[in-house]
Amino acid sequence: MSEAIEPVIDVEGLREEGVDLALAEQVAPDRDISVKVGDALVEVKNLTMKFGGLTALDDVTFDIKRGEILGLIGPNGAGKTTCFNAMTGVYKPSSGKVLLEGQSLGGLAQHKITRRGLARTFQNIRLFGEMTALENVVVGLDARHRTSVGGALLRLPTHVREEKSSIERGMALLEFVGIADHAHFLSRHLPYGHQRRLEIARALATDPKLLCLDEPAAGFNPAEKEELMTLIRTIRDDGYTVLLIEHDMKLVMGVTDRIVVLEFGKKIADDVPKVIREDPKVVAAYLGEPEDDLA
Amino acid sequence: MSTTDGPTLLPSAGAQQDAVDRESLGKQKKGWFNGLGTRWNGLPRQKQWLYLLVIVAVAYLLPILNIPGLTTEPGNNWPLALAQMSIYALVAVGLNIVVGYAGLLDLGYVAFFAVGSYTASMLTSPDSPYVHIPYLWTLPVAMAVAMFFGVMLGIPTLRLRGDYLAIVTLGFGEIVRILATIIPAMKGQVGFQNVGHPPGTDSSGNAIFLNSNGAPWYWLTLTVIIVVLLLAGNLERSRVGRAWIAIREDEDAAEIMGVPTFKYKVWAFALGASVGGLSGALFAGQVGFVNNQKFDVVTSVLFLCAVVLGGTGNKVGAIVGGALVAYIPLRFTAIAEYKYLIFGIALVIIMIFRPAGIFPARQRLLAYGTQVYNKFTHRGSDTPPGGQGEAVGGAHVAGAEEKGAQA
Ligand SMILES: Nc1ncnc2c1ncn2[C@@H]1O[C@H](COP(=O)(O)OP(=O)(O)OP(=O)(O)O)[C@@H](O)[C@H]1O
Ligand SMILES: [Mg+2]
Repeated sequence: MSEAIEPVIDVEGLREEGVDLALAEQVAPDRDISVKVGDALVEVKNLTMKFGGLTALDDVTFDIKRGEILGLIGPNGAGKTTCFNAMTGVYKPSSGKVLLEGQSLGGLAQHKITRRGLARTFQNIRLFGEMTALENVVVGLDARHRTSVGGALLRLPTHVREEKSSIERGMALLEFVGIADHAHFLSRHLPYGHQRRLEIARALATDPKLLCLDEPAAGFNPAEKEELMTLIRTIRDDGYTVLLIEHDMKLVMGVTDRIVVLEFGKKIADDVPKVIREDPKVVAAYLGEPEDDLA
Repeated sequence: MSTTDGPTLLPSAGAQQDAVDRESLGKQKKGWFNGLGTRWNGLPRQKQWLYLLVIVAVAYLLPILNIPGLTTEPGNNWPLALAQMSIYALVAVGLNIVVGYAGLLDLGYVAFFAVGSYTASMLTSPDSPYVHIPYLWTLPVAMAVAMFFGVMLGIPTLRLRGDYLAIVTLGFGEIVRILATIIPAMKGQVGFQNVGHPPGTDSSGNAIFLNSNGAPWYWLTLTVIIVVLLLAGNLERSRVGRAWIAIREDEDAAEIMGVPTFKYKVWAFALGASVGGLSGALFAGQVGFVNNQKFDVVTSVLFLCAVVLGGTGNKVGAIVGGALVAYIPLRFTAIAEYKYLIFGIALVIIMIFRPAGIFPARQRLLAYGTQVYNKFTHRGSDTPPGGQGEAVGGAHVAGAEEKGAQA
């Protein structure tokens, strides 16, 4: 990390979305990122993932630029989630690599990849059910903590400092995603929509350089989807880079800066939403999908 | 290889499943000690300390009080019974770290208990040809040796999950016992007599810590338990406790959220083992005689039974469970022969009617969470809209059943 660049907070954008700026400041990314806004933060290079005879990802290459919301779309089974899993170390890619700030993530343990700066949510919610909402978020915050087992055992100063700050930042994150008044509920008792938001807060808590969201609006009604897209835009304006998987074409078009389209594990398009909408290959891929998925 | 995203549950199916889960939860809530834990958490700090002080004082006085009905006499000496109960309680606290917090099913915990016992006896018994050290020094040594074994067992096996781990630990429990039989230095069934004890004599010049006098051993073990509890509480309300519970809840998700799961599992094993070793050393001293007959797999299962009875994950429950498992056969001597049958039946009944144990309290995982939580409970907004809620800081509120119906 040579020349560190301050996180860029889009104050105008935040104001437009009616976000408390003090809160946004508290939640904003806390780390130096060595690439400039608009340069490639993450590079996915020739990523191939085979399961036995099935090629779920076939030589997929794309960049994610710092400060953008990149949409990753494609029909069911196209390989979107597999792409996330290969990026975050859940699967070991058959070939190809993933670079974060120019450094390869290949072979790193999953928790190390998270610490490097890739955080994600899950398509099927995977919260820690017996923990409260706040505790779930603090688990994410722990990814950046330094307390050792001995330090916790004896309540050394680092531990005390980190525990205190994690309550503050944890509550700020919950407020940011709009569920602060539910901080004390076990996460499995939260309403479904709140669980999805809590997943986002927990991922943000790890202070990611790239936030990967896997169908965060699945199971939502149109109004809730709209609200969630506003939240995602706010997250970007706060200085985060977002990779978004979403099924609903109309929504993706509205919120993303750029879209990568997968079909049968292959990348078939990579462009701004306007061009994607007109792309005959994309339209063909989505043929047979329900009408309302088409833009 | 883990499957991080299986097939997506249809939202409606998910909602249905949730409704079922919550219903069963609602049923389970109407228990004997209903809301004891929540009521406790709602108390102000000073009051909690006051109550604790009273409880601790009563606990220390137990050998003297010898309450009729509660006592194990005339069948069994009451202070000796207490000494044994306290040792079982300590074992349960240690095993609870492994099973209750980190969710690792360890069926061979007796091995660490044995390691502690043998460490203490081989370093103090006149039957042993090795160096001899004062008994009290064997306590930390036993902890260190057991911890070493915990790490040695943990590193190769903790990559296994669930059933596989249980089977490997079961094997380990047997290995220690068999080693004690076949290694000449460990003296098989002959064992070690006259294991050491802490120093000190009373006014008439007799040693205070006699094998026949349970009270001092009970007080010593009780003090150890209190220290261990305080330390375990510190761990619980730290990133360590959160990491363990996260692993127990969803190991893959924990790893992806940045928890070094393997490291924390080894820590759970190591710390659990060291408490096991400590209780083994206390046991060896109190009984005064150690041989290979005392550490069979059934004892392991009994330990596990103590944790599960008390309430997996709850350290206070573990103490009660451990004490109960030792107490019942001593109190009801007529049925002592059938203790395994009785505990087996008790376990089945508990699992059916109270799957979270007698004291189903939840761990508190934040060192400074109370203020935040109390803020909510005082405002009285503890029901999530359209959902039944359990407010952690205070009252428990039953609301309408509905969740995830947005789909
Ligand atoms: N662990 C695995 N083992 C074998 N096959 C897998 C595995 N994970 C995914 N696949 C297969 O890879 C293909 C891509 O799956 P993936 O989950 O990435 O699709 P997706 O684009 O996320 O679809 P959806 O929109 O339904 O979530 C599918 O055919 C799937 O069956
Ligand atoms: Mg998917």
